[in-house]
Amino acid sequence: MSKNIFRFFNKQKEFEQDILKNGMGYSGFYGDSFKRLKKNRMAMFCAMLLILIILVAVFAPVLAPYDPTYQDYSAVLASPGPAHPFGTDEYGRDILSRIIYGSRVSISIGIVAQVVASLVGVTLGAVAGYYGGKTDSIISRIMEIFQAFPDLIFAMAIMTFMGKGVLNLFIALGLLTWVRTARMIRGSVMQLKEKEYIEASRANGATTFWIITKGLIPNCLSTIIVLVTLGIPNAIMYEASLSFLGIGIQPPTPSWGNMISAAQTFISYRPLYSIMPGVAIMITVIAFNIFGDGLRDALDPKLKS
Amino acid sequence: MLSYTAKRLVQTVFVLFGISLITFILLQVVPGDPVALMLEKRADPETIAKVRHELGLDLPIYVQYLNFIKGALHLDFGTSYFTKEVVSAALFRCFKVTVKLACMSFIFAALIGIPSGIFSAVKRGRGIDTFVMVLSIIGVSAPAFWVAIILQIIFGLKLAVLPISGFDSVAAYILPGIALGARYAGSMARITRTSMLEVMGQDYIRTARAKGVRRWGVIMKHALKNALIPIVTLVGTDFGYMLTGSMLIEKVFSIPGIGKLAVDAMSNRDLPLLEGTVMYIAFVFVIVNLIVDLSYAFLDPRIRYGKGAA
Amino acid sequence: MGEKILEVKHLKTYFHTDAGLSKAVNDVSFSVEKKKTLGIVGESGCGKSITSLSIMGLVEIPPGQIAGGEIIFEGEDLLKKSEKEMSEIRGKKIAMIFQEPMTSLNPVFTVGQQITEALMLHEKLTKSEARKKGIEMLKKVKIPLAEKRFDEYPHQLSGGMRQRVMIAMALCCNPDLLICDEPTTALDVTIQAQILELINELKEETGTSVMMITHDLGVIAEVADDVMVMYAGKVVEYATGDQIFEKPMHPYTHGLMSCIPKLDGDDTKRLSVIEGMVPSFDEMPKGCAFCPRCPEAKDICRQKMPKLAEAEGRYVRCFKYTQEWEETGNE
Repeated sequence: MSKNIFRFFNKQKEFEQDILKNGMGYSGFYGDSFKRLKKNRMAMFCAMLLILIILVAVFAPVLAPYDPTYQDYSAVLASPGPAHPFGTDEYGRDILSRIIYGSRVSISIGIVAQVVASLVGVTLGAVAGYYGGKTDSIISRIMEIFQAFPDLIFAMAIMTFMGKGVLNLFIALGLLTWVRTARMIRGSVMQLKEKEYIEASRANGATTFWIITKGLIPNCLSTIIVLVTLGIPNAIMYEASLSFLGIGIQPPTPSWGNMISAAQTFISYRPLYSIMPGVAIMITVIAFNIFGDGLRDALDPKLKS
Repeated sequence: MLSYTAKRLVQTVFVLFGISLITFILLQVVPGDPVALMLEKRADPETIAKVRHELGLDLPIYVQYLNFIKGALHLDFGTSYFTKEVVSAALFRCFKVTVKLACMSFIFAALIGIPSGIFSAVKRGRGIDTFVMVLSIIGVSAPAFWVAIILQIIFGLKLAVLPISGFDSVAAYILPGIALGARYAGSMARITRTSMLEVMGQDYIRTARAKGVRRWGVIMKHALKNALIPIVTLVGTDFGYMLTGSMLIEKVFSIPGIGKLAVDAMSNRDLPLLEGTVMYIAFVFVIVNLIVDLSYAFLDPRIRYGKGAA
Repeated sequence: MGEKILEVKHLKTYFHTDAGLSKAVNDVSFSVEKKKTLGIVGESGCGKSITSLSIMGLVEIPPGQIAGGEIIFEGEDLLKKSEKEMSEIRGKKIAMIFQEPMTSLNPVFTVGQQITEALMLHEKLTKSEARKKGIEMLKKVKIPLAEKRFDEYPHQLSGGMRQRVMIAMALCCNPDLLICDEPTTALDVTIQAQILELINELKEETGTSVMMITHDLGVIAEVADDVMVMYAGKVVEYATGDQIFEKPMHPYTHGLMSCIPKLDGDDTKRLSVIEGMVPSFDEMPKGCAFCPRCPEAKDICRQKMPKLAEAEGRYVRCFKYTQEWEETGNE
């Protein structure tokens, strides 16, 4: 019994040392997680779906039957048919092509917004967790304020302040979603910094910067991966909502959100026009959510909320 | 318990103060002069200066902020630049609409979400569990404004049984209520299931069964009362969110609630109205969180008596 | 032998897990006599708790499965009862006390609510009658200030007090059989003795039969009339308490015996512990399940499973007491 316990501790130590040495990861740990993930059929199916969606976004020019901004005035609001599977919009643009191109907006915004959110969130979360005390309470108060601030109004204000552009949308959405990342990282760092190996490297004269970047953040890596995966669908939803309200992606650039907004006028005789972009959003968001859940279960079961 | 409440209250005040400051700063930096927007193009510089003076916009910024705080403490946010309506009156008018929508969607979400979560947990791994979980993930992942449009198409246009806009009859709130409530129903079902599953694995559930309490008796009495603690947190915060109004749903159904008020205020640079709306939303959010935190004590005797007994 | 209140015959309880089929209880037979105490001993994972849960009908199905056998209680087979009939037996005729008093009480109900629940359910008492009876029970299990404790929540009580509450809860409907699953394991040594004494006292007073499940032969010595030793889902020795303590026959029982600390003995002498652990079901040896840890194992033990056979007036599952032992040589 006791022998086994020691073996367990030794393993744990090896793992931690390995992480310290290699910075990034411990192949055994990630290998095991991957095995667990592979067993989760739903998650693997969604992973394939995501790859497919990303491929569609990348190869949009090849896949789309028409130029998404090409206006064909002879076929305004055409009903679905062989030429236009989902019909055309009020400017005679092909809806299918616009949905295909719309994936570029959603995917890139989802990913970049999460990169922004992670940069801000991980930095502030790690600093708050590591230093504790006054620094922590200041950062925590900022997080509370951000959380209580009405999200869409905040995004609207940012967008009006900086102008309606894709780049600004990245920043606005990033600023909107960093708090959750910061919270999680703060918690993990607070726990980790009490661990012996961190104490040991501190005693050996490691600088704070080194401890945070080489010791703590790599250990939070799986948490970060999960948070990013689950944050992307969140950002996609925000983008759709903002574009729907008319302050996100501006036409003629197609985005699923602004398409639904434009389609609203025609719901009585062209229902497909508003239904299809929504289906696209839903499938993408579901795929990210299920894959993210699977990833969380595989990588970091303690994150389960 | 008392000191905890006091600490939370201080934090709440601090957060509200921070929000007022951020709103104020944001509105200062947002481009577009409200006065110019108000008077449109025909105004000459002299008139603009006059109006600016009347609105107190020529004062130094910190004086403007202090004036704003002073007013806010008396729930006086001034009058709208555009409609000339007193802001607090406009807020109250829209609140009455939003509160109806919130209640409708909350009832829908809780009535669907919580029972199906319980059922899903009890029948874990069976077909019904998978079905509920798939539905809930669809509910969580479908954009609310899109669900709203789908509902309009089906029930408003194809079946023509429910109105697709308006805000003066109960029927008018049904579709918006469902559209807004769908995602909350999904998340409630998920948290209820998780929470129930966790509780049902506890030793005291086995004790209750060993006493001869029937299966459903154990579930509805022993398990649910424990599982309720995390559920209440989520449900409470959800209701808070609903009370802050939904810009999206209100837009789809043309409902003049808090959400629409905020959109209008933002697009018109209607400073007093926007300040008032933001402060209202933040206030609801913070207060709901406070109530949820304190309600833990009523549900969990370990917190209620914990400090006193130790 | 006296009148039997419970007779378990060839009980098999299996669990279907991701790693395969686990035979947690594998062909176990025993009986409990009226007003007597049967002790079931073994390390954790040997199947003793699953045996008791099978009797109570509380094994989760699936992943669990009662693969065979009979559980005759007062002349009727419990395995043939419906869920409704079982819930009328649980708490009324067979009651159970669990290992963890800290987690076995529901944190959001008062002690009183939890005691009176069974009374109102089985005895159809009114709320005030149940309250009276409940407080009486609390006094019976020697809880001071019973009236006050009645309205308190579990977290306000100490571990020993909570276990007393559990006992009060179990005994309030005068059960014919009381199953105690490691009732003292989680408690301090001094409290352990008090609780055992209390169980013994109440048993004498109410005339209930007791099934005492434990890993501690010291507990058995205090309370048991008969003893059944279990290992890896099987019975390895079944004898009277006197026989066991006089002469443990199975090497496993022998090992358990030397784990009991002797207060009068030499403090400095190390407590001998059986080397190794109970094998998990997927690495069960081909022969006797205990042979990897057995100091006396021979080739034959590794090749086949010995039968539970009568020897010296008791039952033992070991080749040592068979003909074959002499015939086979040592390694």
